[in-house]
Amino acid sequence: MTKILMKGNEAIGAAAIAAGCRYFFGYPITPQSELPEYMSRHLPGAGGVFVQSESEVSAINMCYGASGAGARVMTGSSSPGIALKQEGISYLAGAELPCVIVNIVRGGPGLGGIQPAQSDYNQATRGGGDGDYKLLVYAPSTVQEMVDLVGEAFDKADLYRNPVMIVGDGMLGQMMEPVEIGRTPAASPIEKPWATTGVATHPGRRNIINSLFLKPEELEAHVKHLFDKYEAMRANEVRVEELGVEGADLVLVAYGTTARIAKSAIAHLADEGIKVGLIRPITLFPFPMGSFATLPERVKDLLVVEMSMGQMIDDVRIANEGRRRIHFVGRTGGMIPTPALIVDAVKSILDGQPGDAPLNAVGPQKGDRR
Amino acid sequence: MHNERIILAGFGGQGIMTMGQLLAQAALDEGRQTSWLPSYGPEMRGGTANCDVIVDDAPVASPIIHGDATSVIIMNLPSMKFVEDLIPGGAALINSSLIDDRVDRDDVRAFYVPANELADRAGNLKTTNMVMLGAFCEMTSCVDAESVLHAMQAKLGEKKAHLMTVNRAAFAAGADAVREQLALSPS
Repeated sequence: MTKILMKGNEAIGAAAIAAGCRYFFGYPITPQSELPEYMSRHLPGAGGVFVQSESEVSAINMCYGASGAGARVMTGSSSPGIALKQEGISYLAGAELPCVIVNIVRGGPGLGGIQPAQSDYNQATRGGGDGDYKLLVYAPSTVQEMVDLVGEAFDKADLYRNPVMIVGDGMLGQMMEPVEIGRTPAASPIEKPWATTGVATHPGRRNIINSLFLKPEELEAHVKHLFDKYEAMRANEVRVEELGVEGADLVLVAYGTTARIAKSAIAHLADEGIKVGLIRPITLFPFPMGSFATLPERVKDLLVVEMSMGQMIDDVRIANEGRRRIHFVGRTGGMIPTPALIVDAVKSILDGQPGDAPLNAVGPQKGDRR
Repeated sequence: MHNERIILAGFGGQGIMTMGQLLAQAALDEGRQTSWLPSYGPEMRGGTANCDVIVDDAPVASPIIHGDATSVIIMNLPSMKFVEDLIPGGAALINSSLIDDRVDRDDVRAFYVPANELADRAGNLKTTNMVMLGAFCEMTSCVDAESVLHAMQAKLGEKKAHLMTVNRAAFAAGADAVREQLALSPS
């Protein structure tokens, strides 16, 4: 198949339909509105259904219903809209329902802004809803990777019977890049004997979709079962890109579009003879803990770069187990870090500047224009 | 290997986003790597509009252009600020129909194209962006002129294929304007 030029948000829609998704429920919000727009135009023709719901809460509960009936279903939103969906996401996890949820992140908290951000890391990886649960969380950094991961997200959601989240940001949603849809063919849909498809399809057995367990011992057993799945994800689903880690003087840790900016910074530094590597988590949960254990001895410093106040630092600390100094540089609120910001931070660290305390370089930079 | 980093800027309605998309499509058709990144916000006709287009032989790392543009295409006066983003030796293409100012840097090349007049003369004022694309292709070796025209033809589709004539005329007028200025300057 040939490559076509597509906006990130639209490419998600095309990839979802190619992966067999036939139901999309959502409510528009900048900067992800092109996704529901695309679905409204293309799902009916593919034999599917698009509903613009009256709210984000109803959209996520429509997903609960469609998924319970065995369908491949998606919803999408941006930060404050994803916050509204949290109750439904917790219910999906509790009832073991597959669903793919897209968050094209914008600045927060509250209504925040509409420019790109990564300040929903904690919301995505720590659970924004109630109870003991996890989502499998993918954080692509190019439109092509996002397209490939959409197909994978549906397969994994079905496999684990768990919601899967794809975290992008306003930049990735709005930008256009050449993409090939359906490059990685989706696995054939697996049987869903648990789905509520009518007693006629499963004679003699009532299928019940539920997240209510009034007996504590039953709920505890249920939660332990959920956590067996999360352990399996930790064992089997870690995705990471490691770049130039061997021989590096310092290693950057960044995900999503920020990792692309980090790559530009790495190229600038290489021109000056400074070797810097990159650990790019592709799954935010499970976090690529192993990549930090196998870093070469000579690497003494890690620099976390994010479009937030540093929400991923906690996971880096856990993965690092005190081996190396951890620093941070970033921008927030819709401001985008420049390669120069990262270059300067790397140099000041290698010049023996701040020790273990995070290097707080969040703030206006010379030459800000957007 | 050449790596072009282009900022296109003007106001909503001038076809800035389309201009950038045509460049990206032309690059894709030529088998290059490319990215198109729009500014976005509470958009409106007449409001500011700009986008960053990168054309490269290697995969595009950061899609943002910030102080490292090789070219800027400036369609209105408020967008003159993007001249600052040019690297030394870069090139500025200025719509002199709407901009009286001159580029006040002597380390960059500047070309002045009366895009609105040329588009009007070509037969349709809405083709100012095609005038500028024609001028851009003459000014740089980023993508082939034919690739851009082919991308435009594909965008218009069969229903609007008749508009290709005026678009070709506008594109050629822009290219001519830059060619004349190149002939005048010894460099």
